[in-house]
Amino acid sequence: MHILGIETSCDETAAAVVTGGTIIRSSVVASQIDLHRQYGGVFPEMASRQHVLSIAPVVQQAIEQSGLAPQELAGIAVTYGPGLAGSLVVGVNYAKGLAFGYDLPLIGVNHIEAHIYGNWLRPAAETEEVSTPVFPSLALIVSGGHTMLILVRGHGDYEVLGQTLDDAAGEAFDKVARLLGLSYPGGPAIQSVAEQGNPRVFSLPRAWLRGTYDFSFSGLKTAVLHVVEQYGVDPHQWKQGVAARNGVAAAAISATRLLPVADLAASFQEAVVDVLVQKTKLAAEEHQVQQVILGGGVAANRMLRTEMTQSLDCPVLVPPPVLCTDNGAPIAAVGYYRLQAGERSSWDLDVVANLALS
Amino acid sequence: MSPVMTGPTIDFFSHSVAQTRRFGFRLGQFAQPGDVFCLEGPLGSGKTLLTQGIGQGLDIHTAITSPTFTLINEYRGGRIPLYHIDLYRLHSDQEIWNLGLLDYLESDGLSVVEWADQAKRVMPERRLWITLRHLSATKRGILMQAKGPRYIALLTSFRRDAFGG
Repeated sequence: MHILGIETSCDETAAAVVTGGTIIRSSVVASQIDLHRQYGGVFPEMASRQHVLSIAPVVQQAIEQSGLAPQELAGIAVTYGPGLAGSLVVGVNYAKGLAFGYDLPLIGVNHIEAHIYGNWLRPAAETEEVSTPVFPSLALIVSGGHTMLILVRGHGDYEVLGQTLDDAAGEAFDKVARLLGLSYPGGPAIQSVAEQGNPRVFSLPRAWLRGTYDFSFSGLKTAVLHVVEQYGVDPHQWKQGVAARNGVAAAAISATRLLPVADLAASFQEAVVDVLVQKTKLAAEEHQVQQVILGGGVAANRMLRTEMTQSLDCPVLVPPPVLCTDNGAPIAAVGYYRLQAGERSSWDLDVVANLALS
Repeated sequence: MSPVMTGPTIDFFSHSVAQTRRFGFRLGQFAQPGDVFCLEGPLGSGKTLLTQGIGQGLDIHTAITSPTFTLINEYRGGRIPLYHIDLYRLHSDQEIWNLGLLDYLESDGLSVVEWADQAKRVMPERRLWITLRHLSATKRGILMQAKGPRYIALLTSFRRDAFGG
Protein backbone atom coordinates (compact mmCIF):
# COMPACT_ATOMS: atom_id res chain seq x y z
CA MET A 1 0.00 0.00 0.00
CA HIS A 2 1.53 3.34 -1.11
CA ILE A 3 0.84 6.58 0.73
CA LEU A 4 1.78 10.14 -0.25
CA GLY A 5 2.79 12.29 2.72
CA ILE A 6 2.80 16.10 2.63
CA GLU A 7 4.44 18.33 5.25
CA THR A 8 4.28 22.15 5.30
CA SER A 9 4.07 22.87 9.02
CA CYS A 10 6.94 25.34 9.18
CA ASP A 11 9.43 26.66 6.65
CA GLU A 12 10.07 23.50 4.61
CA THR A 13 7.81 22.21 1.87
CA ALA A 14 8.15 18.42 1.74
CA ALA A 15 6.47 15.40 0.15
CA ALA A 16 7.27 11.68 0.08
CA VAL A 17 5.84 8.37 -1.06
CA VAL A 18 6.10 5.47 1.42
CA THR A 19 5.16 1.83 0.85
CA GLY A 20 3.77 -0.36 3.62
CA GLY A 21 4.50 2.29 6.25
CA THR A 22 8.23 1.51 6.11
CA ILE A 23 9.89 1.81 2.68
CA ILE A 24 10.62 5.30 1.39
CA ARG A 25 10.18 5.30 -2.40
CA SER A 26 10.78 9.03 -2.74
CA SER A 27 11.26 12.05 -0.52
CA VAL A 28 11.56 15.65 -1.70
CA VAL A 29 12.21 18.73 0.46
CA ALA A 30 11.82 22.18 -1.08
CA SER A 31 15.23 23.47 -0.06
CA GLN A 32 16.82 20.81 -2.27
CA ILE A 33 15.17 22.16 -5.37
CA ASP A 34 16.43 25.12 -7.32
CA LEU A 35 13.06 26.70 -7.78
CA HIS A 36 14.44 29.75 -9.47
CA ARG A 37 15.98 27.64 -12.22
CA GLN A 38 12.86 25.56 -12.58
CA TYR A 39 10.75 28.61 -13.17
CA GLY A 40 13.30 29.97 -15.62
CA GLY A 41 13.81 33.22 -13.78
CA VAL A 42 12.61 35.18 -10.84
CA PHE A 43 9.16 34.15 -9.72
CA PRO A 44 6.61 36.66 -8.48
CA GLU A 45 7.74 37.07 -4.87
CA MET A 46 5.41 39.72 -3.69
CA ALA A 47 2.22 38.02 -4.78
CA SER A 48 2.67 34.55 -3.34
CA ARG A 49 4.21 32.75 -0.46
CA GLN A 50 7.01 30.21 -0.36
CA HIS A 51 4.84 27.17 0.17
CA VAL A 52 2.39 28.14 -2.54
CA LEU A 53 5.27 28.23 -4.99
CA SER A 54 6.91 25.03 -3.84
CA ILE A 55 4.01 22.70 -3.15
CA ALA A 56 3.08 21.68 -6.70
CA PRO A 57 6.64 20.94 -7.96
CA VAL A 58 7.59 19.19 -4.70
CA VAL A 59 4.57 16.87 -4.73
CA GLN A 60 4.95 16.26 -8.44
CA GLN A 61 8.61 15.29 -8.02
CA ALA A 62 7.83 13.01 -5.09
CA ILE A 63 5.24 11.15 -7.17
CA GLU A 64 7.48 11.00 -10.24
CA GLN A 65 10.48 9.73 -8.31
CA SER A 66 8.38 7.03 -6.66
CA GLY A 67 7.81 5.48 -10.10
CA LEU A 68 4.11 5.24 -9.39
CA ALA A 69 1.11 6.80 -11.04
CA PRO A 70 -1.07 8.91 -8.74
CA GLN A 71 -3.86 6.36 -9.25
CA GLU A 72 -1.69 3.70 -7.59
CA LEU A 73 -1.63 5.61 -4.29
CA ALA A 74 -3.87 4.31 -1.50
CA GLY A 75 -4.19 7.62 0.31
CA ILE A 76 -2.81 11.09 0.99
CA ALA A 77 -1.56 12.04 4.45
CA VAL A 78 -0.89 15.64 5.42
CA THR A 79 0.30 17.52 8.49
CA TYR A 80 -2.56 19.62 9.85
CA GLY A 81 -0.78 20.87 13.01
CA PRO A 82 0.99 22.04 15.06
CA GLY A 83 2.70 24.73 13.03
CA LEU A 84 2.15 27.99 11.22
CA ALA A 85 -1.49 28.28 10.20
CA GLY A 86 -0.60 30.04 6.94
CA SER A 87 1.90 27.31 6.06
CA LEU A 88 -0.21 24.36 7.16
CA VAL A 89 -3.17 25.51 5.11
CA VAL A 90 -1.16 25.29 1.88
CA GLY A 91 -0.35 21.61 2.46
CA VAL A 92 -3.83 20.73 3.70
CA ASN A 93 -5.60 22.42 0.80
CA TYR A 94 -3.27 20.89 -1.76
CA ALA A 95 -3.73 17.44 -0.21
CA LYS A 96 -7.49 17.87 -0.26
CA GLY A 97 -7.49 18.89 -3.90
CA LEU A 98 -5.31 15.95 -4.89
CA ALA A 99 -7.25 13.43 -2.80
CA PHE A 100 -10.55 14.69 -4.14
CA GLY A 101 -9.27 14.70 -7.72
CA TYR A 102 -7.94 11.13 -7.58
CA ASP A 103 -10.73 9.89 -5.31
CA LEU A 104 -8.32 8.92 -2.52
CA PRO A 105 -8.78 8.98 1.25
CA LEU A 106 -7.34 12.01 3.07
CA ILE A 107 -5.58 11.50 6.43
CA GLY A 108 -4.67 14.42 8.72
CA VAL A 109 -1.49 13.80 10.73
CA ASN A 110 0.06 15.48 13.77
CA HIS A 111 3.58 16.80 13.07
CA ILE A 112 4.90 15.44 16.38
CA GLU A 113 3.80 11.91 15.45
CA ALA A 114 6.01 12.14 12.39
CA HIS A 115 9.12 12.39 14.55
CA ILE A 116 8.19 9.09 16.19
CA TYR A 117 7.58 7.25 12.93
CA GLY A 118 10.87 8.38 11.38
CA ASN A 119 12.49 5.52 13.31
CA TRP A 120 10.46 2.85 11.58
CA LEU A 121 11.36 3.89 8.03
CA ARG A 122 14.10 2.98 5.60
CA PRO A 123 15.04 4.11 2.07
CA ALA A 124 14.05 1.70 -0.73
CA ALA A 125 17.71 1.29 -1.72
CA GLU A 126 18.66 -0.19 1.66
CA THR A 127 18.10 -3.88 2.20
CA GLU A 128 18.82 -3.76 5.92
CA GLU A 129 15.81 -4.69 8.02
CA VAL A 130 14.14 -1.82 9.78
CA SER A 131 12.87 -2.09 13.35
CA THR A 132 9.16 -2.67 13.47
CA PRO A 133 6.97 -0.76 15.91
CA VAL A 134 6.70 -2.45 19.32
CA PHE A 135 4.63 -1.16 22.22
CA PRO A 136 4.86 0.35 24.65
CA SER A 137 7.65 2.55 23.31
CA LEU A 138 9.03 5.75 24.75
CA ALA A 139 9.81 8.58 22.33
CA LEU A 140 12.14 11.45 23.15
CA ILE A 141 11.51 14.17 20.58
CA VAL A 142 14.27 16.76 20.68
CA SER A 143 14.21 19.38 17.96
CA GLY A 144 14.57 23.13 17.70
CA GLY A 145 10.90 23.62 18.45
CA HIS A 146 10.05 20.69 20.72
CA THR A 147 11.41 18.70 23.62
CA MET A 148 8.95 15.99 24.65
CA LEU A 149 8.86 12.60 26.29
CA ILE A 150 5.98 10.60 24.86
CA LEU A 151 4.71 7.21 25.92
CA VAL A 152 3.55 5.40 22.78
CA ARG A 153 1.10 2.64 23.76
CA GLY A 154 0.07 1.79 20.21
CA HIS A 155 -0.46 3.40 16.81
CA GLY A 156 -2.14 6.71 17.54
CA ASP A 157 -2.20 6.04 21.30
CA TYR A 158 0.06 8.57 22.99
CA GLU A 159 0.60 10.11 26.40
CA VAL A 160 2.83 13.17 26.73
CA LEU A 161 4.78 12.50 29.93
CA GLY A 162 6.67 15.77 29.91
CA GLN A 163 7.93 18.65 27.79
CA THR A 164 10.05 21.75 27.96
CA LEU A 165 8.73 24.63 30.01
CA ASP A 166 10.80 27.22 28.14
CA ASP A 167 13.47 26.57 25.46
CA ALA A 168 13.65 23.39 23.41
CA ALA A 169 16.93 21.43 23.50
CA GLY A 170 17.74 22.20 19.88
CA GLU A 171 17.12 25.86 20.45
CA ALA A 172 19.51 25.82 23.43
CA PHE A 173 22.21 24.34 21.17
CA ASP A 174 21.61 27.03 18.60
CA LYS A 175 21.59 29.93 20.99
CA VAL A 176 24.62 28.75 22.95
CA ALA A 177 26.49 28.36 19.64
CA ARG A 178 25.63 31.98 18.97
CA LEU A 179 26.93 33.00 22.40
CA LEU A 180 30.18 31.15 21.71
CA GLY A 181 30.58 32.76 18.29
CA LEU A 182 30.13 29.42 16.52
CA SER A 183 28.49 28.89 13.17
CA TYR A 184 24.86 28.15 12.36
CA PRO A 185 23.28 25.63 12.77
CA GLY A 186 24.49 25.31 16.33
CA GLY A 187 24.02 21.59 16.97
CA PRO A 188 26.78 20.28 14.67
CA ALA A 189 29.03 23.27 15.51
CA ILE A 190 28.90 22.62 19.26
CA GLN A 191 29.30 18.89 18.77
CA SER A 192 32.51 19.22 16.75
CA VAL A 193 34.08 21.87 19.01
CA ALA A 194 33.07 19.94 22.14
CA GLU A 195 35.02 16.90 20.99
CA GLN A 196 38.21 18.88 21.65
CA GLY A 197 37.00 20.13 25.03
CA ASN A 198 36.85 18.92 28.62
CA PRO A 199 33.27 18.74 29.93
CA ARG A 200 34.48 18.89 33.56
CA VAL A 201 35.90 22.41 33.31
CA PHE A 202 32.64 24.28 33.84
CA SER A 203 29.99 23.16 36.25
CA LEU A 204 26.77 24.23 34.56
CA PRO A 205 23.30 23.89 36.09
CA ARG A 206 20.97 21.04 35.24
CA ALA A 207 17.26 21.67 35.74
CA TRP A 208 16.07 18.30 37.01
CA LEU A 209 12.50 19.42 37.86
CA ARG A 210 12.22 16.32 40.01
CA GLY A 211 8.93 14.48 40.20
CA THR A 212 8.09 15.51 36.64
CA TYR A 213 9.26 14.58 33.17
CA ASP A 214 9.38 18.25 32.16
CA PHE A 215 12.51 20.01 30.94
CA SER A 216 13.98 23.50 31.17
CA PHE A 217 17.00 24.74 29.23
CA SER A 218 16.63 28.50 29.50
CA GLY A 219 18.63 28.72 32.74
CA LEU A 220 21.47 26.71 31.21
CA LYS A 221 21.63 29.11 28.28
CA THR A 222 21.82 32.09 30.65
CA ALA A 223 24.50 30.31 32.73
CA VAL A 224 26.67 29.94 29.61
CA LEU A 225 26.10 33.62 28.88
CA HIS A 226 27.42 34.56 32.31
CA VAL A 227 30.56 32.45 31.86
CA VAL A 228 31.17 34.15 28.52
CA GLU A 229 30.78 37.54 30.14
CA GLN A 230 33.15 36.60 32.97
CA TYR A 231 35.85 36.19 30.33
CA GLY A 232 35.28 39.78 29.36
CA VAL A 233 33.63 38.86 26.08
CA ASP A 234 30.46 40.64 25.02
CA PRO A 235 28.60 37.93 23.11
CA HIS A 236 25.97 40.36 21.88
CA GLN A 237 28.36 42.20 19.62
CA TRP A 238 28.82 38.94 17.73
CA LYS A 239 25.30 39.05 16.51
CA GLN A 240 26.06 40.61 13.16
CA GLY A 241 22.98 39.37 11.34
CA VAL A 242 23.80 37.19 8.37
CA ALA A 243 27.56 37.37 9.01
CA ALA A 244 27.16 35.59 12.33
CA ARG A 245 25.09 32.85 10.71
CA ASN A 246 27.76 32.02 8.21
CA GLY A 247 30.64 31.62 10.59
CA VAL A 248 32.61 33.21 13.33
CA ALA A 249 32.36 36.96 12.97
CA ALA A 250 35.72 38.67 12.46
CA ALA A 251 35.47 40.66 15.68
CA ALA A 252 34.79 37.51 17.63
CA ILE A 253 37.87 35.63 16.49
CA SER A 254 40.27 37.61 18.64
CA ALA A 255 37.87 37.55 21.59
CA THR A 256 37.47 33.78 21.45
CA ARG A 257 41.21 33.32 22.03
CA LEU A 258 40.55 34.20 25.66
CA LEU A 259 37.44 32.08 26.01
CA PRO A 260 37.86 28.30 26.38
CA VAL A 261 35.16 27.68 23.77
CA ALA A 262 35.80 23.93 23.46
CA ASP A 263 35.57 23.32 27.22
CA LEU A 264 32.47 25.46 27.53
CA ALA A 265 30.81 23.75 24.56
CA ALA A 266 31.68 20.33 26.01
CA SER A 267 30.35 21.28 29.46
CA PHE A 268 27.15 22.62 27.92
CA GLN A 269 26.61 19.57 25.73
CA GLU A 270 27.11 17.27 28.69
CA ALA A 271 24.60 19.22 30.79
CA VAL A 272 21.91 18.87 28.10
CA VAL A 273 22.64 15.20 27.40
CA ASP A 274 22.73 14.38 31.12
CA VAL A 275 19.21 15.63 31.71
CA LEU A 276 17.79 14.12 28.53
CA VAL A 277 19.29 10.69 29.25
CA GLN A 278 18.43 10.57 32.97
CA LYS A 279 14.82 11.60 32.44
CA THR A 280 14.38 9.17 29.57
CA LYS A 281 15.89 6.36 31.65
CA LEU A 282 13.53 7.06 34.55
CA ALA A 283 10.49 7.16 32.29
CA ALA A 284 11.57 4.00 30.44
CA GLU A 285 11.88 2.14 33.73
CA GLU A 286 8.65 3.46 35.20
CA HIS A 287 6.64 2.48 32.15
CA GLN A 288 8.58 -0.69 31.33
CA VAL A 289 8.88 0.17 27.66
CA GLN A 290 10.09 -2.24 24.97
CA GLN A 291 12.13 0.34 23.10
CA VAL A 292 13.21 3.95 23.24
CA ILE A 293 12.94 6.09 20.13
CA LEU A 294 14.78 9.32 19.42
CA GLY A 295 13.44 11.93 17.03
CA GLY A 296 14.06 15.52 15.95
CA GLY A 297 17.24 17.32 14.92
CA VAL A 298 19.07 16.87 18.25
CA ALA A 299 18.71 13.08 17.83
CA ALA A 300 21.60 13.44 15.37
CA ASN A 301 23.92 14.42 18.28
CA ARG A 302 26.58 11.73 18.72
CA MET A 303 26.97 12.12 22.47
CA LEU A 304 23.21 11.83 23.01
CA ARG A 305 23.08 8.68 20.88
CA THR A 306 26.03 7.09 22.66
CA GLU A 307 24.96 7.98 26.20
CA MET A 308 21.39 6.96 25.59
CA THR A 309 22.42 3.59 24.16
CA GLN A 310 24.84 2.91 27.01
CA SER A 311 22.55 4.00 29.84
CA LEU A 312 19.35 2.23 28.86
CA ASP A 313 18.63 -1.45 29.21
CA CYS A 314 16.13 -1.61 26.33
CA PRO A 315 16.93 -1.10 22.62
CA VAL A 316 17.38 2.53 21.56
CA LEU A 317 16.40 3.49 18.02
CA VAL A 318 18.01 6.47 16.35
CA PRO A 319 16.84 7.58 12.92
CA PRO A 320 19.35 8.36 10.15
CA PRO A 321 20.16 12.10 10.27
CA VAL A 322 18.22 12.81 7.07
CA LEU A 323 15.04 11.66 8.81
CA CYS A 324 15.72 13.79 11.90
CA THR A 325 14.63 16.97 10.14
CA ASP A 326 11.24 17.78 8.65
CA ASN A 327 10.27 15.64 5.66
CA GLY A 328 7.19 13.97 4.22
CA ALA A 329 8.07 10.29 4.71
CA PRO A 330 7.03 9.87 8.36
CA ILE A 331 3.76 11.69 7.59
CA ALA A 332 3.05 9.04 4.98
CA ALA A 333 3.99 6.30 7.47
CA VAL A 334 1.54 7.60 10.07
CA GLY A 335 -1.07 7.82 7.30
CA TYR A 336 -0.49 4.17 6.44
CA TYR A 337 -1.22 2.96 9.98
CA ARG A 338 -4.26 5.22 10.26
CA LEU A 339 -5.68 3.91 7.03
CA GLN A 340 -4.97 0.32 8.14
CA ALA A 341 -7.06 1.05 11.22
CA GLY A 342 -9.88 2.24 8.98
CA GLU A 343 -9.46 5.91 9.84
CA ARG A 344 -9.65 8.84 7.45
CA SER A 345 -10.28 12.54 7.73
CA SER A 346 -13.33 14.30 6.39
CA TRP A 347 -13.18 16.90 3.59
CA ASP A 348 -13.57 19.68 6.12
CA LEU A 349 -10.23 18.86 7.78
CA ASP A 350 -8.91 22.20 9.02
CA VAL A 351 -5.47 23.24 10.20
CA VAL A 352 -4.92 23.43 13.98
CA ALA A 353 -1.90 25.66 14.63
CA ASN A 354 -1.61 24.65 18.28
CA LEU A 355 -2.63 21.00 17.81
CA ALA A 356 -1.84 18.90 20.88
CA LEU A 357 -0.79 15.27 20.78
CA SER A 358 -3.50 13.04 22.22
CA MET B 1 15.26 52.49 42.83
CA SER B 2 12.18 54.33 41.64
CA PRO B 3 11.27 54.03 38.00
CA VAL B 4 11.89 56.82 35.54
CA MET B 5 8.56 57.77 34.03
CA THR B 6 8.30 60.42 31.39
CA GLY B 7 5.28 60.72 29.13
CA PRO B 8 4.86 57.57 27.10
CA THR B 9 7.93 55.90 28.60
CA ILE B 10 8.70 53.85 31.70
CA ASP B 11 12.24 52.74 32.53
CA PHE B 12 12.73 50.46 35.53
CA PHE B 13 14.66 47.48 36.88
CA SER B 14 13.74 43.92 37.61
CA HIS B 15 15.82 42.25 40.30
CA SER B 16 14.77 38.67 39.71
CA VAL B 17 13.12 36.13 37.46
CA ALA B 18 10.06 36.27 39.70
CA GLN B 19 9.84 40.07 39.41
CA THR B 20 10.10 40.03 35.60
CA ARG B 21 7.34 37.44 35.51
CA ARG B 22 5.20 39.62 37.81
CA PHE B 23 5.65 42.66 35.58
CA GLY B 24 4.54 40.53 32.66
CA PHE B 25 1.52 39.36 34.64
CA ARG B 26 0.36 42.94 35.29
CA LEU B 27 0.91 43.86 31.65
CA GLY B 28 -1.07 40.83 30.50
CA GLN B 29 -4.01 41.86 32.66
CA PHE B 30 -4.30 45.13 30.74
CA ALA B 31 -3.95 43.63 27.26
CA GLN B 32 -6.81 43.97 24.79
CA PRO B 33 -7.56 42.25 21.47
CA GLY B 34 -5.45 43.79 18.71
CA ASP B 35 -2.61 44.85 20.99
CA VAL B 36 0.98 44.43 19.78
CA PHE B 37 3.90 44.23 22.21
CA CYS B 38 7.32 44.35 20.53
CA LEU B 39 10.19 42.82 22.52
CA GLU B 40 13.84 43.68 21.98
CA GLY B 41 16.86 42.45 23.95
CA PRO B 42 19.83 40.10 23.71
CA LEU B 43 19.85 36.36 24.36
CA GLY B 44 19.00 35.49 27.96
CA SER B 45 17.59 38.92 28.78
CA GLY B 46 14.16 37.53 29.69
CA LYS B 47 11.93 38.02 26.65
CA THR B 48 10.29 34.60 26.87
CA LEU B 49 10.13 34.92 30.66
CA LEU B 50 8.27 38.24 30.38
CA THR B 51 5.90 36.63 27.87
CA GLN B 52 5.24 33.77 30.30
CA GLY B 53 4.15 36.38 32.83
CA ILE B 54 1.99 38.14 30.23
CA GLY B 55 0.34 34.79 29.44
CA GLN B 56 -0.44 34.23 33.11
CA GLY B 57 -1.95 37.72 33.21
CA LEU B 58 -4.22 36.62 30.37
CA ASP B 59 -5.28 33.55 32.39
CA ILE B 60 -3.39 31.13 30.18
CA HIS B 61 -2.31 28.18 32.27
CA THR B 62 -0.39 26.05 29.79
CA ALA B 63 3.41 26.27 29.53
CA ILE B 64 4.49 29.17 27.32
CA THR B 65 7.63 28.05 25.51
CA SER B 66 10.07 29.83 23.23
CA PRO B 67 8.75 30.20 19.66
CA THR B 68 12.23 30.62 18.15
CA PHE B 69 11.93 27.51 15.97
CA THR B 70 8.18 27.24 15.61
CA LEU B 71 8.10 31.01 14.72
CA ILE B 72 4.68 31.39 16.30
CA ASN B 73 2.87 29.73 19.18
CA GLU B 74 -0.83 30.31 19.68
CA TYR B 75 -2.52 30.06 23.06
CA ARG B 76 -6.29 30.13 23.16
CA GLY B 77 -7.12 29.02 26.69
CA GLY B 78 -7.10 32.51 28.26
CA ARG B 79 -9.12 35.71 28.35
CA ILE B 80 -8.04 36.59 24.79
CA PRO B 81 -5.82 34.67 22.34
CA LEU B 82 -2.05 35.13 22.71
CA TYR B 83 0.09 35.02 19.57
CA HIS B 84 3.71 34.57 20.63
CA ILE B 85 5.90 35.36 17.63
CA ASP B 86 9.69 35.17 17.30
CA LEU B 87 11.70 36.77 14.49
CA TYR B 88 15.12 35.51 15.69
CA ARG B 89 15.62 33.10 12.78
CA LEU B 90 14.25 35.44 10.14
CA HIS B 91 16.51 37.86 8.39
CA SER B 92 14.46 39.76 5.86
CA ASP B 93 11.15 41.57 5.79
CA GLN B 94 10.35 39.43 2.74
CA GLU B 95 10.75 36.21 4.71
CA ILE B 96 8.50 37.49 7.48
CA TRP B 97 5.92 38.58 4.95
CA ASN B 98 6.09 35.28 3.06
CA LEU B 99 5.48 33.21 6.19
CA GLY B 100 2.31 35.16 6.95
CA LEU B 101 3.43 36.22 10.41
CA LEU B 102 2.11 39.72 9.97
CA ASP B 103 -1.43 38.37 9.59
CA TYR B 104 -1.52 37.81 13.34
CA LEU B 105 -0.74 41.40 14.28
CA GLU B 106 -3.65 43.63 15.29
CA SER B 107 -6.09 40.68 15.03
CA ASP B 108 -8.40 39.14 17.64
CA GLY B 109 -5.72 38.65 20.29
CA LEU B 110 -2.55 40.00 21.84
CA SER B 111 0.59 39.61 19.72
CA VAL B 112 3.92 39.51 21.52
CA VAL B 113 6.82 39.71 19.06
CA GLU B 114 10.30 38.68 20.23
CA TRP B 115 13.28 40.09 18.32
CA ALA B 116 10.97 42.74 16.86
CA ASP B 117 14.07 44.85 16.17
CA GLN B 118 14.93 42.37 13.39
CA ALA B 119 12.04 43.83 11.41
CA LYS B 120 11.32 47.27 12.78
CA ARG B 121 9.97 48.46 9.43
CA VAL B 122 7.20 45.89 9.23
CA MET B 123 6.04 46.32 12.83
CA PRO B 124 2.88 48.40 13.29
CA GLU B 125 3.46 52.10 13.86
CA ARG B 126 1.33 51.95 17.00
CA ARG B 127 2.68 49.50 19.54
CA LEU B 128 4.22 48.98 22.95
CA TRP B 129 7.98 48.58 22.51
CA ILE B 130 9.75 46.81 25.39
CA THR B 131 13.55 46.78 25.53
CA LEU B 132 15.25 44.40 27.97
CA ARG B 133 18.92 44.65 28.90
CA HIS B 134 21.35 42.78 31.13
CA LEU B 135 22.55 44.72 34.16
CA SER B 136 23.95 41.79 36.17
CA ALA B 137 23.43 38.05 36.47
CA THR B 138 19.95 38.51 37.88
CA LYS B 139 19.14 42.18 37.26
CA ARG B 140 17.48 43.39 34.05
CA GLY B 141 16.61 46.82 32.76
CA ILE B 142 13.12 47.10 31.29
CA LEU B 143 12.28 50.07 29.09
CA MET B 144 8.71 50.43 27.87
CA GLN B 145 7.86 52.90 25.13
CA ALA B 146 4.28 53.50 24.01
CA LYS B 147 3.35 54.77 20.57
CA GLY B 148 -0.26 55.69 19.87
CA PRO B 149 -3.08 56.61 22.26
CA ARG B 150 -4.08 53.03 23.05
CA TYR B 151 -0.59 52.17 24.28
CA ILE B 152 -0.13 55.41 26.21
CA ALA B 153 -3.39 54.58 28.03
CA LEU B 154 -2.17 51.04 28.63
CA LEU B 155 1.11 52.29 30.05
CA THR B 156 -0.73 54.72 32.32
CA SER B 157 -2.84 51.89 33.73
CA PHE B 158 0.23 49.69 34.12
CA ARG B 159 2.14 52.48 35.88
CA ARG B 160 -0.70 53.10 38.33
CA ASP B 161 -1.01 49.40 39.05
CA ALA B 162 2.70 48.58 39.32
CA PHE B 163 4.07 51.71 40.93
CA GLY B 164 0.97 53.38 42.32
CA GLY B 165 1.91 56.68 40.62
